[in-house]
Amino acid sequence: MSSAPRTIIDKIWDAHAIATREDGQTLLFIDRHLLHEGSFHAFDQVRKRGAQLARPDLTFGVADHYVPTRNRTAIAPEIRRMVDQLVDNTTAHGITLFGLDDPRQGIVHVTVPAQGLTLPGLTIVCGDSHTSTHGAFGAYAFGIGASEVAHVMMTQTLWQKRPKRMRVRVDGALPPGSTAKDIALSFIAQVGADGARGHAIEYAGSVVRALSMEGRLTLCNLSIESGGRLGLVAPDETTFAFLKGRPFAPKGEAFERAVADWRALASDDDALFDREIVIDGSEIAPVVTWGVSPEQALPITAAVPDPDRIDDVSRAEAARDALTYMGLSPGMKLSDIRIDRVFIGSCTNSRIEDLRAAAAILAGRHAVVPGLVSPGSAAVKKQAEEEGLDHIFRAAGLEWVDSGCSMCVGMNGDLVPPGERCASTTNRNFKGRQGQGARTHLMSPAMVAAAAITGRLTDMRPLLEGRTP
Amino acid sequence: MTPLTLVESRAIPLPLANVDTDQLIPARFMKRPRSEGYGPFLLHDLRAEPASEAARLDHPTFAGAQILITRRNFGSGSSREAAVYALADFGFRCILAPSFGDIFASNAVKNGVLPAIIAEADAEALLNNETVRSGGAVHIDLAQQIIRVGNHTIGFEIEPVWKTQLLNGWDDIDMTRSYSGAIADFVARDAQARPWAAPSRR
Repeated sequence: MSSAPRTIIDKIWDAHAIATREDGQTLLFIDRHLLHEGSFHAFDQVRKRGAQLARPDLTFGVADHYVPTRNRTAIAPEIRRMVDQLVDNTTAHGITLFGLDDPRQGIVHVTVPAQGLTLPGLTIVCGDSHTSTHGAFGAYAFGIGASEVAHVMMTQTLWQKRPKRMRVRVDGALPPGSTAKDIALSFIAQVGADGARGHAIEYAGSVVRALSMEGRLTLCNLSIESGGRLGLVAPDETTFAFLKGRPFAPKGEAFERAVADWRALASDDDALFDREIVIDGSEIAPVVTWGVSPEQALPITAAVPDPDRIDDVSRAEAARDALTYMGLSPGMKLSDIRIDRVFIGSCTNSRIEDLRAAAAILAGRHAVVPGLVSPGSAAVKKQAEEEGLDHIFRAAGLEWVDSGCSMCVGMNGDLVPPGERCASTTNRNFKGRQGQGARTHLMSPAMVAAAAITGRLTDMRPLLEGRTP
Repeated sequence: MTPLTLVESRAIPLPLANVDTDQLIPARFMKRPRSEGYGPFLLHDLRAEPASEAARLDHPTFAGAQILITRRNFGSGSSREAAVYALADFGFRCILAPSFGDIFASNAVKNGVLPAIIAEADAEALLNNETVRSGGAVHIDLAQQIIRVGNHTIGFEIEPVWKTQLLNGWDDIDMTRSYSGAIADFVARDAQARPWAAPSRR
């Protein structure tokens, strides 16, 4: 390995490179492979080849995409079949499964890190684009398609091209009320939904250092929405403290040895990045999306943009198309947009801190629209109930349900009805994402809570006065 | 995988940016086995609106089209390979756009579909080209990296590795198996270098 200064991205890459071909493709070893109900296409490919799994010991299954969040004793047959298929496939190949009735069940990108399976310096893949979430620990984690899932199943490796490196430095300090979600949406609005295409992103700077693991998970989760291959944060004391004692994390001496190795993962001082973006953290306000791409985002204090004033033809047309779908007019204040329901959940924002932030706004208040709160895992649900958060959500009139991908993607039947407008803590405001004809506005959990109380998109900051977030 | 060298067919103009994989195939269709064919689900919800640009998929002018011309950030979002299955099962062998979602582009190549990157100005020109819009033939030569419509010729970009793979119809897995020795050596070395990397047994 060369002694030239390296980024954390290159350090992890180099440590996993098995061979590099003349054409520049590198065969990478994969440390963790995560599966879910959607992995059936890949299992079918393996079966077709009559192959076996190379490393079932490094492969973990989680039931999340299709699991019901209510009434798990009376499941619709077509949903039941998806969950059963995962049970059958993981059993046949000797893979540990966090299934429907397992206390470790939850959204793959929530429960797997909490179990201590996500470690700094690991390569982690999953047939899910939000696998970038695991980068919060300084892991090299990215989403792949079914053919690549099958390739990892059969070989525990992947052919990859070394990505370009981007550093996103968020300096200063966040103002009260602004969160990791707001950092991510501000960044995506700035660079565009394909702005980080072909790049691996390292998030750095004082604001990122000050984020909790939950905040870092949210930030890295949304990397894919900027087009980035992955996003990561160099591990530090916050990371090590989180990991210590987690079920699958190294123990005792092995943990000490690991921490020593993990400290060396940080990018070298003079390491070169292909692109560097600096954001002033003190300028980040609570953000909401107004369109059908996460790049169509603005601070809550702004107004719906006028497509006629956008110079770029393609972007102007995209804005026009978005406003038609969203049923909005140019110039209207974002805080005047009325909503029909709220959703708090998803791999982006369903961790204990997210639920606490929403509950801080909702405590003693009533939602004027219906809504669903789906914790990120069975463990998060249990902890929230121990803290009494479920009472706050219920007393506010929201539904407190079990854990799964739920209304973020609607695969389990938790859908936003056609034409309805939902304030949502999720990651995608794509057309039809939450249901056919559904209109989605993305924002942080506290912002969703505020919207639930007023029935429109709302700046949560005045509602937080005198309360602890 | 079927090799892809030349494509000569009608091309469907889809003047939309950010066509994400949720639109390419809505999640509710993904429970079905691939053997049923995913073509009918392609752009399902968009295509159902008669006034939509996507309604061209079902217009006789474009019957048999194997080429799709579209705007930036095509295939962004979810990693669902079903989006490519839907395009491939519909009959598309080549997508022309100024940019693609990374995961989508990789999925496309693995299914023998060419994600060709064209300049933004060329995309706009092709979307408005009379020959294209009237269902005339578009010629794509992968080896030469050329797109020809009438007398009009433009170039496109494709990762060299993907180009080779598409031209030959190669499959990764057979190639990787020839590296089994190198993989075993790596695993042995790695167990010494990173003893903490394996999941701890409880």
